[in-house]
Amino acid sequence: MSAGMVIIGAGECGTRAAFALREMGYDGTVTLVGAEAHLPYERPPLSKDAMVASETPSIKAISDAARLSEHRIDLLGASSATSIDRANRSIRLSDGSDLDYDKLLVATGATPRMLTLPGLGARCVYLRTFDDALAIRGYLRAGAHIAIIGGGFIGLELAASARKLGADVTVIEAQPRILMRGVPAEIAAVVHEAHAAEGVDFICGNGIAAVNDDGTSVRIALASGRAVAADLAIIGIGAIPVTALAETAGLTLNNGIAVDAQLRTSDPNIFAAGDCCSFPLAVYGGRRVRLEAWRSAQEHGALAARNMLGADEVHAGVPWFWSDQYGLSLQIAGLPDEGEHTIRRDLDDGAFILFHLKHDGRLVAASGIGPGNAVARDIRLAEMLIARSAHPDIDALAAPSVKLKSLLAA
Amino acid sequence: MSDWIEACAADDIDEEDVIRFDHAGRTFALYRSPEDEFFATDGLCTHEQIHLSQGLVMGDIIECPKHNGRFNYKTGAARGAPVCVNLRTYPVKVDAGKVFVQLG
Repeated sequence: MSAGMVIIGAGECGTRAAFALREMGYDGTVTLVGAEAHLPYERPPLSKDAMVASETPSIKAISDAARLSEHRIDLLGASSATSIDRANRSIRLSDGSDLDYDKLLVATGATPRMLTLPGLGARCVYLRTFDDALAIRGYLRAGAHIAIIGGGFIGLELAASARKLGADVTVIEAQPRILMRGVPAEIAAVVHEAHAAEGVDFICGNGIAAVNDDGTSVRIALASGRAVAADLAIIGIGAIPVTALAETAGLTLNNGIAVDAQLRTSDPNIFAAGDCCSFPLAVYGGRRVRLEAWRSAQEHGALAARNMLGADEVHAGVPWFWSDQYGLSLQIAGLPDEGEHTIRRDLDDGAFILFHLKHDGRLVAASGIGPGNAVARDIRLAEMLIARSAHPDIDALAAPSVKLKSLLAA
Repeated sequence: MSDWIEACAADDIDEEDVIRFDHAGRTFALYRSPEDEFFATDGLCTHEQIHLSQGLVMGDIIECPKHNGRFNYKTGAARGAPVCVNLRTYPVKVDAGKVFVQLG
């Protein structure tokens, strides 16, 4: 009798993989091991809608229990794997029991990078899980002062949510500007202005010298000598892949669990996918990347599932990412740092798109920002052009009157 | 049967494209297929209440602008994560260059 498919990690990636196995017609056992007690849920709303919608945020489940059961997906919640026995194809679970596998998928995700300074305490928090979101929500109210350490997406989305709820917000960023990693300066400037117009105070280019958390408030001393006092400090300084299990099992690591283009680890019976793995991106000549993005987690989950069933399919996607802050939505397709020059396309209502091209004219990324979903369609079309390694006409890219769709036919 | 509501001129929708149509407090999406046929669905994605009219039409698929949920706009069938609930569709007819929708 077959041991079945085991997936460690019940986030977006692992859950998608479980359903994809069924969509592919797999009939054996599918076990989804999740560290949290909740049903699999969507993380993107935690910093945004879920935070502002009500005083007690609710979970947006990826699937309810009935749908899991209908697809015969066995969810082991509040459970984790403590070791992998590769020789016997078996994992040990946190309750001490063993679970055999035919193929194993490690989708353990990422965890917040910790601020390594003395003086951090109960008023210094991170956001990754729904329970984290619940704890943070309790502090967001009119008159509260929230310090956000790190001007990345999590920090900025939380800054917007905190302002909507009437809290005073100070964002502290060690780099000279917010969103240094992966977002062009022109786009980051629009985000910065939107926050400033909403009353967020920014301190950029200033490192933290010391933190003093006495359990009722936090005092953050900056390198410049200035100090920020807050009721709560939310730390959003990036995420690191969860690799301890893979490392102990002797799987090859390289900025996360190293997988090939089929998401296979150094053990042919073990796959890794989502935020915990680095993989070669074909669209950039095999450049190895690790992504922390919702859609790539889904695509990885589906691809890993197909390859667990022997599809031998390679990853062919283009990274895609979005963030919502106030009424603005930002979307990025591809990795802008691949670009050597940019072409700007201005749309209605202040929305614009930057096309990032190589010197030879190949489109490698597109980034855009605007109200609502103003940039969505053009970013999506740009993504399709990037996937084709297209060399689009530069005048057409710059002219909003030219439909990008027409360039796809070229 | 409910009445046929005049929604727009046929020329208001490009081939293989979609526009938004609001009527009586509800919002809809009207499509023109590559085969030059017209279709109508509810206007909001069943995943997170996003206007599909800002999405991309490819063949017989509408893709949500927010999270890339996909539907066959001719049948309303959900076509992949994150959407799992179908989209409601409505009968459409074209008469003398005008698009009419029957909104039940």
